[in-house]
Amino acid sequence: MLELGAFLRLMTLPVHLLWLIAALPLLAAGIGALTPRRGRALAAGVAIAAMALSFLLSCAALATALAQPAAHLVHNFAWFDLGLGPLRLGWLLDPLTAFMCVMVTLVGLLIFVFSVGYMHADANSTRFFCFMSVFAAAMLGVLIANSLLLLFVCWELVGLASYLLIGFWFHKPAAAAAAKKAFITTRIGDLGLLLGMLWLYDSTGTLLFFDAGNGVLEAGALGALTAQTTIGGLAVSTAIGLLVFCGAIGKSGQFPLHVWLPDAMEGPTPVSALIHAATMVAAGVFLVARVYPLMAADQALAHVPIHALTVVAFIGAITALMGAMIAVAQNDIKRVLAFSTVSQLGYMMLALGVGSWVAAIFHLLTHAFFKALLFLGAGSVIHAAHHEQDIRRLGGLRGPMRTTFATFAIGMMALSGVPFLFSGFWSKEAILHAAHAWNGSSLPLFAGLAAVVLTAFYMTRLVAEVFFGAPRSEAAGHAHESPPTMTIPLIGLAVGAVLLGFLGTPAYPWLQARLLGETEVHGHSLLEGGGLMMLSIVLVALGIGAGWAIYWRRLRATATALDPLERATPRTFAALAARLGFDELYAATVGRLSNATAALADALDRHVWDGAIRFLARLGEFTGVVSRETDEDMLNGGFDAGSESLRGTGKLYSRAQTGETHGYLRVIAIGFVLLVLIVMMGGGQ
Amino acid sequence: MNLSPLHLCLLFSSALFCIGLIGALCRSNTILVLLGVELMLNAANLNFIAFWRFGPAPSAETGVIFVLFSIAVAAAEAAVGLALVISIYRHQQNIRLQEANRLKG
Amino acid sequence: MIFVLTIIAFLTLATAAVALALRNLIHSALLLTVSWSGIAAFYLWAGAEFVAFAQILIYVGAISMVVLFAVLLTRRSRDDFAIAPESVGRAVSALIAGGAVLGVLFGAVVSTRLPDPPTSAPVVTVRRLGLQLMSPHAAALLVVGALLTVALLGAVVLAATARRDATEDAG
Repeated sequence: MLELGAFLRLMTLPVHLLWLIAALPLLAAGIGALTPRRGRALAAGVAIAAMALSFLLSCAALATALAQPAAHLVHNFAWFDLGLGPLRLGWLLDPLTAFMCVMVTLVGLLIFVFSVGYMHADANSTRFFCFMSVFAAAMLGVLIANSLLLLFVCWELVGLASYLLIGFWFHKPAAAAAAKKAFITTRIGDLGLLLGMLWLYDSTGTLLFFDAGNGVLEAGALGALTAQTTIGGLAVSTAIGLLVFCGAIGKSGQFPLHVWLPDAMEGPTPVSALIHAATMVAAGVFLVARVYPLMAADQALAHVPIHALTVVAFIGAITALMGAMIAVAQNDIKRVLAFSTVSQLGYMMLALGVGSWVAAIFHLLTHAFFKALLFLGAGSVIHAAHHEQDIRRLGGLRGPMRTTFATFAIGMMALSGVPFLFSGFWSKEAILHAAHAWNGSSLPLFAGLAAVVLTAFYMTRLVAEVFFGAPRSEAAGHAHESPPTMTIPLIGLAVGAVLLGFLGTPAYPWLQARLLGETEVHGHSLLEGGGLMMLSIVLVALGIGAGWAIYWRRLRATATALDPLERATPRTFAALAARLGFDELYAATVGRLSNATAALADALDRHVWDGAIRFLARLGEFTGVVSRETDEDMLNGGFDAGSESLRGTGKLYSRAQTGETHGYLRVIAIGFVLLVLIVMMGGGQ
Repeated sequence: MNLSPLHLCLLFSSALFCIGLIGALCRSNTILVLLGVELMLNAANLNFIAFWRFGPAPSAETGVIFVLFSIAVAAAEAAVGLALVISIYRHQQNIRLQEANRLKG
Repeated sequence: MIFVLTIIAFLTLATAAVALALRNLIHSALLLTVSWSGIAAFYLWAGAEFVAFAQILIYVGAISMVVLFAVLLTRRSRDDFAIAPESVGRAVSALIAGGAVLGVLFGAVVSTRLPDPPTSAPVVTVRRLGLQLMSPHAAALLVVGALLTVALLGAVVLAATARRDATEDAG
């Protein structure tokens, strides 16, 4: 342990070199873009090597950050001069950035390795690795940015990369539609972020987070922002915080913009893992955690109608409960996991809203590992079962796929929050305790507790349907274990999914202390607040027990048999299976509104503007008639004679007009040379 | 022979101009001819910037302003030129410049 | 400083030459973006940042896209990117004409005595450029705006299919 400490002290990364972490995957993407299609081994190798190097650099950055956890190391520089002064960007290194970088690069690395096995049959895997590297680079750029502007640029790059990857199999109409949906839905949120950013720049004159007392997250700017009020009595910081949160709602798939996240399943499974675990959705949570001082600035104000964090907490609570409910009734293995991601992100937002951003980041880190594990496990299942994703048609995979089953089970237990051994338990506990301690409202706590039961229930259902019983289709019957490039990342992630929780147990909350910038770790006994812990353990047991009783004891016999819940409450189940009709609602409201606007513009164009233009045309026509009459009667005679002689000369000239454009150009070039030579020879001064 | 940076810039732009010229002269594909012409325009812009940077009266921004206008005109030229290419293609089902000679006298 | 200029010039010229010599039009268009970026790098080197950004936006961003569209719209079959080789006679005459122009230009440049460069590089801020554009050159700016509008409309008119054809196709 001592040697490890000495080794860590040797590894340091100066903050002005922090950009290397994001630049390496970008370089790999560039090389991948130039690699011809057959060079897939090269592209994959370069991408993996770049991620591995980035991982090592991130570890060095972590060591640097942990040496002085309370400091925000920054390196700011001028990008270019505008009229009013230089526009400055910068890198930022603090424990939050460093932990996130290590997580993204490590999980990304394992997903990249997995992709080698998963995508080996795809003809375009070179392009795939190129896009994946862009994705990782953009996410790392979000993490290291010390400027909201730089963060926004990388944020949009994340959106672009997700569009390219979700639509990777663009010849499938569903994939193309899902890519468009993800892009447009997140763009709605990004508009809020952009507005918030402009407002922030207008109010403070800078977009740097930390800048030796002048940054927007430092006391001076925050004081100024809370002192002003805007429409409805909101503090300016509240309004800006809510606008920024809009961006996070879109990116992190929060209610009401969650609709894109489940559809993003249309991409290849490693993409889903990357989106759902390490990169895209984590960006939203990270953004709120990064600007947390701004979000929390209005907490001290008593006379404001609403606090920004309260909104965050309620959005998170709604999302957590709704995602978990919908996940119960889904039949696509990846869709269950997708709604589970929606629900878990709701947890993180809830934690941010109730004031414990360290709990949110803790859950983000553990969730990244076990959700990547679950998605890659699902990928392994799909790969083995010849792209069969319907859990009703799977089944009985426990025997042939032992490694996948074991790791998937670990992921399932971590996600459900099985006590003590699994990381998900500790991070979820931290969030529930924070919600319990919040004095705003107890609704978020109840939503969180209800979601605990549902989470345990639907994960038990998923495992029972996929891995137990008899195979219910041809493809599932012929399944076999995936190659080592796919199982080894699974094992690595499973180890992380177990061990990571011990960084932040209540007895020794090392991670939380470091994130908050403390060098001392103040643990307390597990028995403190043990009542809530006991309650959540009981709830987990209830969820798993119910799942066991319903799905495990009487295993599904055929692929077409009705779900037991569907038999009991067909209408509720149908509503949940239809995802509570959000897509239809949006199609009926937003979609119809946009169509109506388009129709209105069309009508204006056709009738109003067109009529005006026709009137002008008539006017012109009339003038034309008048002038033609004058022309023919008075002027023509004289010109006729002149044109005859011109026509004769024209015939002579037209011999030179070959119609050969190259010929003309050549003559011009030669003529130019001759002219210059004449001038030079003649000594024309 | 000792060449100043201005000389080098001018040689650079002359070489670029001639590459564009040769491209425009020897390729039969209209798009490539247009691209050659674009390169020649760019070479002219290089000269403006070079004389602005190294010229006797650098305080005047005229060189920079002129290049900005020139880029705008080049953009218009490219748009119209490529629209013409598409229109030629629609008429004769190819874009070989030497066959686009129906308007000859 | 001269070294950087040499590298930029070499890169720009090499990519431009290869681009105009390639047979695959898509590759030509992509290589030309590199060449245009090289020219932007030259502007940056010379201290004209704004022009460099304009060059990147317009050439690398817009014109290259238009060129790619034109290439894609005018190929005959799905994989018809390559074009037939050029006639030798035209290539030879082009090289002679181009070479003559090159020789004349080089000779003229080398034999001219140019004024000594100023000691410090001129500085041009975006603010000053904006003021210059808006006050002394405002008329020219307006004309360029009108020119661009007309060019855009003209391009649409030239490239648009006649409505009659469309109905014929449909019918």
